[in-house]
Amino acid sequence: MPGDFATEILGQSATKSAVKALRAELGLDKPPVTRYFEWLGNVFQGDFGSSFSGRSKVQGDQGDRSREVVGLIIPRLKNTLFLTGVCALFAIPLSLILGISSALYRNSYYDRSATGFSLVTVSSPEFFTAYIFILLLATLFPVFPTISNVDENTTLIERFYRTALPVFTLTLVTLGHMMRMTRSAIINILSSEYIEMAKLSGASRYEVVVKHALPNAWAPIAQVIAINLAYMLIGSVVVEYVFNYQGIGRLMVGSVYNRDLPVVQACALIFASTYVILNLIADLIGIISNPRLLYPK
Amino acid sequence: MMSNNNKKGDLLLTIENIKIDGFSDERWHKIIKGINLTLNRGEILGLIGESGAGKSTLGKAAMGYTQPGCKIISGKVIFDGTDLAKLNEYEKRKIWGTKISYVAQSAAASFNPAHRLMEQTISAGNRMKLDTSENLKKDAIELYRSLQLPEPENIGSRYPHQVSGGQLQRVMTAMAMSPRPELIIFDEPTTALDVTTQVEVLSAMRKIVDQFNTAAIYITHDLAVVAQMADRIKVLRYGEEVEEAETREMLSNPKEDYTKSLWSVRSLIKPEETSDNMMLSIRNIDAAYGSSKVLHNVSIDIPKGKTVAIVGESGSGKSTTARVVTGLLPQLKGNIIFDGEKLPPKLENRTREQLRRIQIIFQMPDTAMNPRQTVDEIIGRPLEFYHGIKGKERENKVIELLKMIELDESFLDRLPSELSGGQKQRICIARALAANPDLIICDEVTSALDQIVQEGILKLLQKLQKDLGVTYIFITHDIATVKAISDEIVVMYQGEVVEQGLKSKILNPPYPDYTELLLSSVPEMDPDWLTNLLNKRSL
Amino acid sequence: MSENLSYSAKGEVANLVQRRTKFERLKIALSKAPFSAWFGMIVLFIYFFAAIFAPFIAPHGEAEIFPVAYAPWGDGHIFGTDQIGRDIFSRIIFAARNTIGICLIATILALFIGTVLGIIAALDRRYVDQILSRIVDTLMSIPVMIFTFILLSVFGPTNLNLILILGILESTRFFRISRSVAVGQVVLEYVEVARLRGEKLSYIIYREILPNIASPLIIEFGLRFIFIIFTISSLSFLGIGIQPPSADWASMVRENAILIQYAQYDITAGLTPLIPAAAIALLCVSINFVVDWYLYITSGLKDDVK
Repeated sequence: MPGDFATEILGQSATKSAVKALRAELGLDKPPVTRYFEWLGNVFQGDFGSSFSGRSKVQGDQGDRSREVVGLIIPRLKNTLFLTGVCALFAIPLSLILGISSALYRNSYYDRSATGFSLVTVSSPEFFTAYIFILLLATLFPVFPTISNVDENTTLIERFYRTALPVFTLTLVTLGHMMRMTRSAIINILSSEYIEMAKLSGASRYEVVVKHALPNAWAPIAQVIAINLAYMLIGSVVVEYVFNYQGIGRLMVGSVYNRDLPVVQACALIFASTYVILNLIADLIGIISNPRLLYPK
Repeated sequence: MMSNNNKKGDLLLTIENIKIDGFSDERWHKIIKGINLTLNRGEILGLIGESGAGKSTLGKAAMGYTQPGCKIISGKVIFDGTDLAKLNEYEKRKIWGTKISYVAQSAAASFNPAHRLMEQTISAGNRMKLDTSENLKKDAIELYRSLQLPEPENIGSRYPHQVSGGQLQRVMTAMAMSPRPELIIFDEPTTALDVTTQVEVLSAMRKIVDQFNTAAIYITHDLAVVAQMADRIKVLRYGEEVEEAETREMLSNPKEDYTKSLWSVRSLIKPEETSDNMMLSIRNIDAAYGSSKVLHNVSIDIPKGKTVAIVGESGSGKSTTARVVTGLLPQLKGNIIFDGEKLPPKLENRTREQLRRIQIIFQMPDTAMNPRQTVDEIIGRPLEFYHGIKGKERENKVIELLKMIELDESFLDRLPSELSGGQKQRICIARALAANPDLIICDEVTSALDQIVQEGILKLLQKLQKDLGVTYIFITHDIATVKAISDEIVVMYQGEVVEQGLKSKILNPPYPDYTELLLSSVPEMDPDWLTNLLNKRSL
Repeated sequence: MSENLSYSAKGEVANLVQRRTKFERLKIALSKAPFSAWFGMIVLFIYFFAAIFAPFIAPHGEAEIFPVAYAPWGDGHIFGTDQIGRDIFSRIIFAARNTIGICLIATILALFIGTVLGIIAALDRRYVDQILSRIVDTLMSIPVMIFTFILLSVFGPTNLNLILILGILESTRFFRISRSVAVGQVVLEYVEVARLRGEKLSYIIYREILPNIASPLIIEFGLRFIFIIFTISSLSFLGIGIQPPSADWASMVRENAILIQYAQYDITAGLTPLIPAAAIALLCVSINFVVDWYLYITSGLKDDVK
């Protein structure tokens, strides 16, 4: 995909001078490094610049219809946060319950089937899961819509209904990861010496888990949740694409097709910073729940 | 609950012909092959044996517990009239922690890092509602006090990582004692401690067990320690009983050869010699790990062809001294003179010849050999590297070295995991010898080994010194080993040299304070040793 | 008094380990392998066989165009044809070659870069470690897929760029794991012995450390391979990964996704886009099965005996 926004929008047949003029207007004629630092400087002032698209293709049309990137992104960001938020609401408690219980009843039939099922879900790409849901719940048995188009006027109930399939998909995909990671974190703790000591001092199964294992498990579990929320965020790019859900991932993909660099940069920055923040939170919980770091010698 | 109605002398625990199997390497092995055991109320039984004897497994079986991967095949564990082996989990839990409690070897790993010590100390009592939480706490503070813990009122509010290993071990004893059990299992409780700390913990444990007239099973590999604690001693080997007798009887008149061999290292003695020719002189060395300084102005002389033992507890800087000599940790100041020439502090700046002439043997032979290399590769590499010996000649030379360490060519293609502890250490010796060195640093080479194997290794080292004239620096915390092998002794404490001199001078009075403390803390094969020592110290 | 004891070093009882060659050990491990592991190995074998011999197995060419677009199943085309009339079954087989090939090369590149740098960092523990670790921290703070997405949109989505970008970004994972495992090995005395002997860095890395950290690296290799398959598939699905006319499972899903609408009338049409997606899932499940089994035998983590 050679070329930039200028050639893309004016077409391959455009005159060189026309392309040059548009480039100058967009600042594409400056060296990339300069452009990057200019952009970075503006970002710190809350200015993500203007989107390239929306500009007039017709020479001479003076009306500039390009839109501020911030204005473009905010509603999409809300949509994505809604989607991932609902998924997290389902996936986190469910996966913790499944993970902890299968660690406790390790090697039981329950554990085997739970881990087996999660293995299949984590081995399936998001679009596979998504299309299975579409096939089953949208075409063969048309319960939910295939396209999740929402806007500001959509009511909450309607919103839930239309986003049902993306929510199912994303929940299922992260559920497997989160459950497996929780399970192994708990098993790891259950094999430590102080757990054997607790058993030898007569603690019941319940007490061993709740009083002895869990306080030490918060850090790894927080880590698991943060990693998977980050994973969910990335997964939402594909899911939004499949269901044509107007979220930030869909926007980013669309902007790459249009070579709309300011939008792509802004989206990527949002993804990256959310990812960093989630990991930071996980580390923070790790520190708070560790008496070694909390109460120094 | 404070009163103790136990009548001393009544039968408390009987183990009848118990057999336990363990699963490893894809099959079942016999760990305990039918052992009988009886214990009366208020009595302390010592279980002694070397690694793999099954003493720890037997100790846990006395609670009706087996580790994951082990199972009781047959036999009975009758505690106070009930067969624990027949009880279900729920019934056993009512006994564990309240009627029988357990003190583990590694206190640091056995305390839950997330809870304060007090909470853990009284958890069993709280669970069984033995008393109100308030009273349990008061009682725990009293226990802390009788165990001579510092600040008994406040220590309970600390987290496990905030107190030292020796203190933690005593807190665990308090935790075991809190519900006033009828039986306590001590599983190697002092093995991980330094000798001076060990004395404190031992005396605290003995005092409290006497005070409440609690029966106990004391598991250890150290006969001198068990002699201080136990009324009776049972010797185990390969999951079978060797013999059992009253402590005094066992010490004065052991019947089985195996039992005799357990303290045979103490019969080894070397006449001291010295030389004026110095192999190595350490001059005013300072060294540090990062910003924490661990060696302060250390000077030591090592005479040619002789053995100098460096003695001290953990943190004394004895191993650091070895690291400085080898160049692994360059000194901050001072010099090392090796055979008349100054050694560059950094490993990278030393010549291959200098590296060849100083070899080191480590404490843990398991980690000192690459687990993926065969004996042939391990011993052959220095031959090839230093002397350029290759092919058939190399193999012959390796076999020659194997014979020197009393092994043979059948060991050539074995991996370290296929050797016993003693054999591993011998291979490490052969690897050092392959370089044809002038000085060998032996860093705690025998402390990870069983007594009988220790003796063999020490004899071998002596023989090699006689034949090859090699010089040894022998780093150890074990005074018995020092007596057996050294010509000269250096005592170190907190990064400084306390004194250096001939063995006869150091081991006989007058002593500097620290040497006195160190020497007197080494348990002796005398049941009255601890009592006498405590009497002497309290004077 | 110990003279009457017939003690000898040779006679000392070593661990109860039977001597076995590597081949014998493999045979024993295989004979005890669970169903899932066998399933995984057989499926993987079929995939690799298909990838290598694609031109001989596939009934039609990779880019061969037939007159009927969206032809139904059967009738000369097992799974029908796609939107411009290419045989779907043949393309699925050729896609095995493209997807597996690209992902495997990227994973191997990542393994190589990450492991070598990781061990060097573990051995040095000073400036080199600090610098490398900080670079890796920075790279890892950005989600791989988003990063790759941006870089591909800048440099262009060629297969070479795909391999280089993912190889470098994913090497951070191998760096982390090899560094942390190697740090555990470097402090062991056998490495010190080699250093004290005066051995070169390359000898220490390849002869002393690498054989001992191979198991976690092999496991990581399996997991990273899956991750790279996922990332490349997601990118291809979004249209920025493997480029046409090269056949690729994820692109095929996208190209034929429209057929799902007709599932009510013809279930096979609805299944068509799911087949290449299922091919990815089956491959990843199989790798997971084999990795789980390998983890089980190498970690010595045996199940609790009840």
